[in-house]
Amino acid sequence: MKRYILKRILQSTLSLLVVTFIIFSLTHLSGDPAVLMAPPDASQADIQEMRVSMGLTEPFHVQYGLFLSGLLKGDFGRSFKWNQPCLEVWFERFPNTLLLAAAAMGFTLTFGLSFGILSAVNVGRWFDKFGKIFALLGQSLPVFWVGLMLMWIFAVKLGWLPTSGMGTWQHLIMPAITLGWFFTAAITRLTRSSMLDVLDRDYIKMAKIKGVSRISVILKHAFKNASLPILTMGSLNFVFMLNGTVITETVFNWPGVGTLVVEAIFARDYPVVQTTVLIGSFFFVFVNLLVDVLYAYIDPRIRY
Amino acid sequence: MKNLEHSTETKRIHWFFNREYLRGCLSGLKELPLFSIMLLIVFVFLGVFGKFFTPHDPTWTDLNAILLPPFWIEGGNVSYLLGTDPLGRDILSQLIAGANVSLEVGFAVVIIAGTTGTIMALLSGYLGGKVDAVVMRLCEIALSIPYLMVAIVLAAILGPSKENIILILIVLGWAGYARVLRGEVLRVKEGDFVRLAVIAGCSPLRIMLRHILPNIVNTIIIMSTLQLGIVIIAEASLSFLGLGVPPPTPAWGSMCAEGRNYIFDAWWISFWPGLTIMLVVLSCNFLGDWLRIRLDPKFRQI
Repeated sequence: MKRYILKRILQSTLSLLVVTFIIFSLTHLSGDPAVLMAPPDASQADIQEMRVSMGLTEPFHVQYGLFLSGLLKGDFGRSFKWNQPCLEVWFERFPNTLLLAAAAMGFTLTFGLSFGILSAVNVGRWFDKFGKIFALLGQSLPVFWVGLMLMWIFAVKLGWLPTSGMGTWQHLIMPAITLGWFFTAAITRLTRSSMLDVLDRDYIKMAKIKGVSRISVILKHAFKNASLPILTMGSLNFVFMLNGTVITETVFNWPGVGTLVVEAIFARDYPVVQTTVLIGSFFFVFVNLLVDVLYAYIDPRIRY
Repeated sequence: MKNLEHSTETKRIHWFFNREYLRGCLSGLKELPLFSIMLLIVFVFLGVFGKFFTPHDPTWTDLNAILLPPFWIEGGNVSYLLGTDPLGRDILSQLIAGANVSLEVGFAVVIIAGTTGTIMALLSGYLGGKVDAVVMRLCEIALSIPYLMVAIVLAAILGPSKENIILILIVLGWAGYARVLRGEVLRVKEGDFVRLAVIAGCSPLRIMLRHILPNIVNTIIIMSTLQLGIVIIAEASLSFLGLGVPPPTPAWGSMCAEGRNYIFDAWWISFWPGLTIMLVVLSCNFLGDWLRIRLDPKFRQI
């Protein structure tokens, strides 16, 4: 077990290193930061001076080394556009994304679990078929379109909800549904299959024979036992959500990390883009690692 | 030897006259997702020949017909069936012409990423050892990168163009194939026919291509069908963010993005392209699911 965990940690570190390398070399290729940062009236000599002070005249590998040691010290560089450390810019936006993802997770769990359980209990009947179509639709609808159509129906036609931005709890509803939609489909499918797996067991039959009420059998005996894979998948999905907010945030003008990336890209503020993607990758790799270790702990066969 | 040949020959004739076999084939055809297949054929046809069938030039702006609604709504014009955008361009023509980008990106990525993934899977699964270790590490790295974010950054840095989008989606997409197919190769490799081929002196290359590849083709087809839908949505998402194919080339994702600013006055600008994407991707998913159930014996009972 220890060997497996150590191996996985090493692999994840390697993955992270490769990600930093790709992102660093790409931003390196994308242009001269000194020119981008310099005020418009700066002379060639000023720009050259900036290059030297920023370490841009060093060879590539030295710059990469400096970049890496900076990362380890928590120095992600300085934003051109906001003129403050990138990490601060990121921390200003992150709570908003977290709020959005949490709301989306709430939506996903409420609907995914109930649809999944109802489908499993009514297997083969109309509700199950409805659930199947719902899950297939969830995978086939482009996220931005779901957002736009929700906006058109609930904000423009019915006027119930505000179109975009952030503020009251009403602002949260449509972005949360948009972001959670895709994951709801996944959770529905997973809940259905793991419930079906459990509902077939002997102890469920036993509970039924003993005369335990239907609801109690489904929720207490079956669901409790089916919930482990759903829990794992759910926590994994939460990280995917944190990373997948770019489109939802763009549609609804939500001031989170996703819109930060897009704004930074169009302002050519590459340090901020770099920071956001690196932190996102770090979350992603870390949670993948966590899930793998967790699975190995539960199912020893994986270790070999 | 002659006997053996004779018996397979009779079998071959036999199945043709075997009613039960034919009935089995026909009942299989009856379940064929005809709607999906037809939609995909229309999609491919319009993707290739669409530019000859557009009612108007998709980039032609008619300043007398700005933001016209679809023809059945008051104020609509029959010559612009699905309405016009803020520059007076015909939505239907843009939709038809936009199929080209989705089709080209979709097929290019699926074919190239699929081929790369298959080659990697064959090499790593059959040869094992160091090759396997290297390929699997590469795979893990590719799979542990947050897909959309990196695609966005790459598109921004490399500059938005059709070729770059294809390149990005290939780089991020081959690993999925490689990982699944490697498992298949490992399973097929244990078969007796592979051992016999080794004993008969076949070269590794011949075993990989003639003995193992035909046995994993099913999985490749299923994966590619499902992947096509995923790639089309990814391309549309990048176009939606303004990082896809640059204007004025019509693309479904950028049409949706344009409609976002006019959602109060003109819902039809983003409604139609989104609906089209949904129908195409839904067809891919339906067909993929159907193929999986038909081709994979494990699922036949369910």
